[in-house]
Amino acid sequence: MVVNEPIKQNDVLPSEHLDSVVIRFAGDSGDGMQLTGGQFTNASAVAGNDLSTFPDFPAEIRAPVGTTFGVSSFQIHFGQKKILTAGDELDVLVAMNPAALMVEKSSLKKGGLIILDTGSFSDRNIKRAGFDTNPLNDTSLEGFRLLKIDISGLTMECVKEFGLGKKDSLRCKNLWTLGLVYWMYGRSRKETTDWLEKKFMKVPNIASANVAALNAGHAFGETAEISGDISKYNVPAAKVDPGTYRNISGAEAIAWGLIVGAQKCNLKIFFGSYPITPASPLLHILSNLKSLSVTTFQAEDEIAAICSAIGASYAGSLGITSSSGPGIALKGEAIGLAISTELPLIIVNSQRAGPSTGLPTKTEQSDLFQAVYGRNADAPLVVLATKSPGDCFRVSIEAVRLAVKFMTPVMLLTDGYLSNSTEPWQIPDLDKIKEFPVNHISNPEGFHPFFRDKETLARNWAIPGTPGLEHRIGGIEKSYDSGHISYDADNHQKMTDARIGKIKGISEFIPLQEFEEGDEKDELVVIGWGSTFGPINRAVFNSRNKGYSVAQIHLTYISPFPKNLGDILRSFKYILVPEMNAGQLVSILRAEYLVPAIGLNKVEGKPFKISEIEEAIKARMKG
Amino acid sequence: MNVQPEKLKANDFASDQEVRWCPGCGDYAILKALQRTMPDLGVKKEEVVFVSGIGCAARFPYYMSTFGFHTIHGRAPAFATGIKIANPDLDVWVVGGDGDMLSIGGNHLIHVLRRNVNLQLLIFNNEIYGLTKGQYSPTSRIGTRSPSTPSGSLESPISAVQLALGAGARFIARSLDTDQKHLPMVFSRAHKHTGTSLVEIFQNCIVYNDGVFDGFTAKDVSAEKQIKLEDGKPLIYGKDRNKGLIIKKNSLELTSVELGEKYTESDLLVHNEKDRTLANLLASMDSPDLPVAVGVIYCDPIETYDQLISDQEKQANEDKPNLKINDIINSGYTWKV
Repeated sequence: MVVNEPIKQNDVLPSEHLDSVVIRFAGDSGDGMQLTGGQFTNASAVAGNDLSTFPDFPAEIRAPVGTTFGVSSFQIHFGQKKILTAGDELDVLVAMNPAALMVEKSSLKKGGLIILDTGSFSDRNIKRAGFDTNPLNDTSLEGFRLLKIDISGLTMECVKEFGLGKKDSLRCKNLWTLGLVYWMYGRSRKETTDWLEKKFMKVPNIASANVAALNAGHAFGETAEISGDISKYNVPAAKVDPGTYRNISGAEAIAWGLIVGAQKCNLKIFFGSYPITPASPLLHILSNLKSLSVTTFQAEDEIAAICSAIGASYAGSLGITSSSGPGIALKGEAIGLAISTELPLIIVNSQRAGPSTGLPTKTEQSDLFQAVYGRNADAPLVVLATKSPGDCFRVSIEAVRLAVKFMTPVMLLTDGYLSNSTEPWQIPDLDKIKEFPVNHISNPEGFHPFFRDKETLARNWAIPGTPGLEHRIGGIEKSYDSGHISYDADNHQKMTDARIGKIKGISEFIPLQEFEEGDEKDELVVIGWGSTFGPINRAVFNSRNKGYSVAQIHLTYISPFPKNLGDILRSFKYILVPEMNAGQLVSILRAEYLVPAIGLNKVEGKPFKISEIEEAIKARMKG
Repeated sequence: MNVQPEKLKANDFASDQEVRWCPGCGDYAILKALQRTMPDLGVKKEEVVFVSGIGCAARFPYYMSTFGFHTIHGRAPAFATGIKIANPDLDVWVVGGDGDMLSIGGNHLIHVLRRNVNLQLLIFNNEIYGLTKGQYSPTSRIGTRSPSTPSGSLESPISAVQLALGAGARFIARSLDTDQKHLPMVFSRAHKHTGTSLVEIFQNCIVYNDGVFDGFTAKDVSAEKQIKLEDGKPLIYGKDRNKGLIIKKNSLELTSVELGEKYTESDLLVHNEKDRTLANLLASMDSPDLPVAVGVIYCDPIETYDQLISDQEKQANEDKPNLKINDIINSGYTWKV
């Protein structure tokens, strides 16, 4: 069956109304699951749904075919309500091979739908995935709805006329599957068709084959007798603020935020980085934006990456470096120098599971101690955390503002989940973002390099090339009064106090902590930071609906904390701190404010489920 | 009326900071030679930046009245790379010792050389760790007794010049702390060269390794044990200018011959700064019957990294003129609500 004509929406079938749906596309690394998920994301955005995505892929570039460790998947949660997480449990699992079924079936909710390609269930693949017997013939999938289709066979059939080899023909099966899922949720195929035609412009038969597969999958839904197993669903558009929207990933949001930030203070960006998972996308994105006063430098190692960035800041640019935990560890000494010489610098940490190499492609937020404390001596800096892909934009601009206003390194914490996942984002009016121009000083009168602004305590930023301002700085302690080397004991105390005081004083220049849900009158507050925002927010919202007296605050500013944070925390009977680590923020809060905060901790390489946090709230309030 | 600025003097390049090297340290002589060279280089004081890592040599920037950045151990070339890329108009000098540049900072040295960033890189080689009190260094000779090698060091020393050639350096020179005629000449050549200019300076550590270079630097032997390279001139040396270098028969090695009946000046090799193979041979002379090569060993400029970067950025601007971040943010799929 070959379908080239676009098929009209089938309005005859009754469609079931759904609030939100969670789908996971899972298959081999080579099956194109990320691409399939990305296309479904765009189609859902175009249909007006709010959404959140979670790409999950193996560390190996090309893992052996058919193995469980080679499974690549893409989860999307879309709906008519505000979507804050990629979803706890799957409504639909698309399994392109037995290994995908093996890995993902435990995430499926009871009664959930599994769409699988029977064409890939050969004895060899079944064994390779670790099944003792064929799961399609035994009772292991009882309790789920199964839609067994020979997707491989049907794909081969529908692309026959394009004269592709077997391998290329089979590669269209993800588009076939996407066509079927488009039909189920009434998504438009137009954007994907356009995209395929553009992508494969130079190989028109591949473009046509993929489009044919997409249409064939869609037509299959329309014509095949699969009622009972599957039907059309209607997920209405979400109610969102009017404006222009796009999907944005955390990595894009950081790159663009940094550029906007640099433009708001009139600086050129120097981005020194060394490739590391999952931080590299930022290097790739910025490397393509050279005409926006961005210089990117792939250094020989993590240390050179940060050192070159500090050098660039010293010379008057905005130095930025980016890495993940192990790379940040290598940068530690250089961060100390930037703190000691009080130069602006942004360090982006896309956290991943650790320690050591850990789980490079899995997310975690276990570098908070490293960010706040991870250097020799008393070495304070600013630590900011982003809570969602879109939020990365706002926080990146704030990172630039604080770095240049206070002449300090800023650690910007994001994580593998935030970097890679996407959400719809209302495109802001950039003209409305406040400027914060930097003036490199030029007046030699009374100049010394550590002369401080009375209000911010920031030192002068005097850059090479400025006549009369020649001076030397370095990592040796400097005299408070002249900037020259000083081994004086009292001076070291004074400079240490000045460095700490400057960072603490920033709390006067940042917004007060606000509540996401509830207020001081509630009994329990859930406090989080980073990418746990989505599940915490939904869990608190649900708990409040169930009558629990729960509030939520979510931190952007971790060093320094907002100045009202202590008072807020002390007004609650219970404080719950969910984190994807073994209990880091909770320790800092207890140390800083002497409050009885309790952690909820998980390090499974994936985000919290809403239900896990709801359970913890319930348990706390019963206790 | 235009007043011509007076030409700066050596003293104008001295900072107001007290120099804190050990009395008699070779670093004083190097500092003096460089301060004497600076006025002739035609650069403005405010455009000069000295960048250093950690070690005795790395204190150098504090004593120059230019801009200076005393950074962390081994990383000076990386800082300097960032400085030069951020502002290519600056005249950037990197200063470090053998430990700083060839041990902890070996990686950065290799990469700054292969990138060919337009800066001068001075290695003060005293074959010892001075600031940490006398441990052997990567350039120490086998058998060096030090606090960490009481029975003698076991490792073969690294050759800065051979390493630099391997890393793709385009300017390599050598000189001596005490040679106040030769050293400024080498500094000027290094400065004139566009690209990374590596200068190895044999520098005496009077406290922990005194006299380690006496074998070829002592007054009574220097003429016999050093060959001062000059481009286009025969490889001739000796107090009486009666020795020279030729290629050994049936091999690819240099050998020293006496001029007289058997050999005349026309038999000698002629120095060619663009000849990499010759540079390698000159750099690897370390047997007692061969002299130590000083001067410009290799000089063959190519495009610099900082220039290529700015060319690429110019190209990007030409390819996408008037591109705004707003265009990027609004590109791809967007939809209105």
